[in-house]
Amino acid sequence: MPDLLLELRSEEIPARMQRRAAEDLRKLVTDALVERGFLYEGAKAFSTPRRLALHVAGLPPRGKDVREERKGPRVGAPEGAVQGFLKSAGLASLDQATIVTDPKKGEFYVAVIERPGRDTLDVLAETLPAIIKSFPWPKSMRWGAASAQPGSLRWVRPLQSIVATFGPETETPEVVPFSVDGIAAGTTTYGHRFLAPEAIEVRRFDDYVQALERANVVLDPERRKDIILHDARDLAFARGLELVEDEGLLDEVAGLVEWPVVLLGTFDPSFLDIPAEAIRATIRANQKCFVLRESGSDTLAPAFILVSNLVASDGGIAITGGNERVVRARLSDAKFFWETDKAIRLEDRLPKLDSIVFHEKLGTQGERVQRIAALARELAPLVGADPDLAERAARLAKADLVTEMVGEFPELQGLMGRKYAALQGEHPSVAAAVEEHYKPVGPSDRVPTDPVSVAVALADKLDTLVGFWAIEEKPTGSKDPYALRRAALGVVRLALENECRINLISILRLASVPQIHRMGLKFFTPLADALSTLKNFDFESFKSGFLKNVYDDVNDEVARASAFSRINDSITSLLIFFADRLKVYLRDQGARHDLIDAVFALPGQDDLLMVVRRVEALGQFLETDDGKNLLAGYKRAANILRIEEKKDGRSYEAEPDRAAIAASGEPEEQALSEALVAARASASAAVAAEDFSGAMRALSTLRAPVDAFFDKVIVNADDPALRENRLALLNALRAATREVADFSKIEG
Amino acid sequence: MSSAHALPSDRASPSAVDLAPKTSFQGLILTLQNFWAAQGCVILQPYDMEVGAGTFHPATTLRALGPKPWKAAYVQPSRRPKDGRYGENPNRLQHYYQFQVILKPNPPNLQELYLASLDAIGVDLKLHDIRFVEDDWESPTLGAWGLGWECWCDGMEVSQFTYFQQVAGFECAPVAGELTYGLERLAMYVQGVENVYDLNFNGGIGADKVTYGDVFLQAEQEYSRHNFEAADTAMLFRQFTDAEKACRTYLDAGAPEGESGRHRMAQPAYDQCIKASHVFNLLDARGVISVTERQSYILRVRELAKACGAAWLKTEGGGAS
Repeated sequence: MPDLLLELRSEEIPARMQRRAAEDLRKLVTDALVERGFLYEGAKAFSTPRRLALHVAGLPPRGKDVREERKGPRVGAPEGAVQGFLKSAGLASLDQATIVTDPKKGEFYVAVIERPGRDTLDVLAETLPAIIKSFPWPKSMRWGAASAQPGSLRWVRPLQSIVATFGPETETPEVVPFSVDGIAAGTTTYGHRFLAPEAIEVRRFDDYVQALERANVVLDPERRKDIILHDARDLAFARGLELVEDEGLLDEVAGLVEWPVVLLGTFDPSFLDIPAEAIRATIRANQKCFVLRESGSDTLAPAFILVSNLVASDGGIAITGGNERVVRARLSDAKFFWETDKAIRLEDRLPKLDSIVFHEKLGTQGERVQRIAALARELAPLVGADPDLAERAARLAKADLVTEMVGEFPELQGLMGRKYAALQGEHPSVAAAVEEHYKPVGPSDRVPTDPVSVAVALADKLDTLVGFWAIEEKPTGSKDPYALRRAALGVVRLALENECRINLISILRLASVPQIHRMGLKFFTPLADALSTLKNFDFESFKSGFLKNVYDDVNDEVARASAFSRINDSITSLLIFFADRLKVYLRDQGARHDLIDAVFALPGQDDLLMVVRRVEALGQFLETDDGKNLLAGYKRAANILRIEEKKDGRSYEAEPDRAAIAASGEPEEQALSEALVAARASASAAVAAEDFSGAMRALSTLRAPVDAFFDKVIVNADDPALRENRLALLNALRAATREVADFSKIEG
Repeated sequence: MSSAHALPSDRASPSAVDLAPKTSFQGLILTLQNFWAAQGCVILQPYDMEVGAGTFHPATTLRALGPKPWKAAYVQPSRRPKDGRYGENPNRLQHYYQFQVILKPNPPNLQELYLASLDAIGVDLKLHDIRFVEDDWESPTLGAWGLGWECWCDGMEVSQFTYFQQVAGFECAPVAGELTYGLERLAMYVQGVENVYDLNFNGGIGADKVTYGDVFLQAEQEYSRHNFEAADTAMLFRQFTDAEKACRTYLDAGAPEGESGRHRMAQPAYDQCIKASHVFNLLDARGVISVTERQSYILRVRELAKACGAAWLKTEGGGAS
């Protein structure tokens, strides 16, 4: 079976785009072939900085022949119908059609159309140019004289040559005959830019790979990565050092070279005074080099690994020397940043934050720091932190954004702040919080445990969420430019993994205070002031009281009411957002989503930890026989109620007449009535004491009476009063279960 | 190796100089000029206004627009007021030289030509690791962007290589290739010098040696002081507004008469755009432009650049028929 070899050679393709482009090429070509009925045995794509290559193995030499019979009109049909048939079937006259006799319908004309399969080569010559012309590069360009005309070819960088051959292993393959924008497909390519600049003739994939290898090009990026990784480890090992591995950097570097040559450079050990992370950041970001550490220790070594693209005639002395010079210059800069930064205390940097815009509508970083500091202070007691330390940490948390080091390497934010804070003698918890308040970043990042860090981390995230909610910048679909989902998940994980009791509603209200101020509504100032000094206070009653008190001073009642409702709507919408994040989080932990829904369906569920505890207890309860049977009993009761309520056009929400049941009810009816009163009371008490297992135990006492009731008692009694009271009793069961969860949301 | 006569003040005795690019900054410049002259470029002199980069020279910005072929090369002193370090940083300067090459349309072998130019200035391609690393260029003030690379020599960025796609908001048709050599960096590398001020400027040997520091250190100190501490901001704000206004006035005054007429003052108007841009850079260095205002100043300069580009396209040089 013949193979296709395709190579698109260009000027240097950005490293970050190569892998995706190779994959796109494979998919586009194989999809186009399959769509036209050409199946293949295997396809693999490769990339280097200067080429995309594709090998499709086991294609048929030509497509399948197609034989089609087309039914025509009856013999003797009107001329118009006959002509139409001849035209559509592509026949010159009726002589070319055959006549078929059908016992029912008589004699018919039938045209037999035979289409021979097309040569694969022709199909490739037709599809490949189209794929090249519409290739989905993330960014593409025009070039050269051709770019004077509109519609000229776009490629990621100038496309220089195309190799496209097709044929079986045993014969010389043919060139796929096509050209794109004046570049004709052929059999000529070039090897390494410097080591093997001569033209190479290639025919099929196997000799292509070998020819490239001889011309100092390793086609497969995975092999280049292997070579780099192993040579780097070996070089390090020979010096008693270890490579600090870095998958992202390895990927990038493998996309910068066709022939990797790994070299080791050194720098002056005095640079090791600079924090290791800063050394790594500068060497990585600016030089795309790997750092090394002393064997079996965390200490960086004064050496680095560079990956060049050249077997140099001096063995790499000049290349190493050149890279060492640049690394030296970069580390001198880093050292200068480090020394300069240390000379200024973090608190003295704060005024600078006033001139950095955080978000156009949310003010400066300086204002943000004020808000976070106030909020962290309020949150501190809730998470067991010292309020003074939490406030101090929050004030310093963003100061490193205006240090030289973080200006140069934004990825070191937080980390440098911690170092500077420790150096200026801050409390260890404060220094830690300066770094950790950004955490957790994403679902697998570590969650801080120091209470001061927890307080500031919560304040930072809550302020972000409340702010963006207030200006209507919520995530939509896949768009979440401010990483708000991550922030909310961070809050969830901080609360749960540290077992913090936080009533989100009060906290969100507290965090909303500055947003009320920001809206510039003067008459809210007393409200805002009051809010900021109170914890867990009752927003609704304060709102009505406040309204009454200041009513006379306020002219624009409409504006006031609308601002109130905006803040309230925004908090409600945020709570739903948190519930969704919590669901995602719990689902990842294996919890049943229906149980989470059952708990959230109850009013006032804003304490994340309690929600989770309740979900856990509910899950355990439903694993027991009592739980399963009670759920079955509940479903039966709910079903009956639903049907009867629909039938009667009314609901049975009233309490049952317990005196009547006691006086004349069936024994099972009496037992259930009494059990419900007792179970509901003790479940309620247990919930109030946050003993959710206890609440479940209380409910489990209902199982036997519920089962007995359904066994012996007919709900739809003939006596309407009796029937109504029994329905009310079922409703009491529904009400009792709502002490712990909304059972209607539970599946099964 | 060659020798030449010394500066006029040293008239007494002919002095020893070596103008090889490896020993002399000006030798490096001369070599690049000769190299690109041999490629048919017109060798221009620096534009006589303060600019932030060689790209601002009308020989690049304006000539990149329109259908007419164009090949030019020139040195352009570039001013980056914010990069001043009072002469104390061995790598950073508020005034430095760029060597700029612009070829429209870009020839198919522009990368090879670039590599040959490195060879010409003494970078042995068998010894040094040259790499083309993705770097997409964008100038918000010029409304221009292109795709290309930073060119690395042994891990050091020595040039920018860009295929212009858009300038002054207009598509480049055809595309021009632009090469920008950071001359001081390249010279430091070729001369094996760690501090820019130690560069041998004239190739002089012994007492005849003139260093980069001899020529520019005092200027770096004075201009850093000026840029960060003294530049008269009230005057600069005024100059910005004046330049902006003048640019518009000249554009209006030179506007074509009738549908098919030509614009008659695109270049003087563009000078005012250059001026506004530099004044903005000075104000920025003085720290008197806030983050939000910054964006609006950049936009104002871009609007001027776009208007000048549009005017240029209505001139003979811009290919108007």
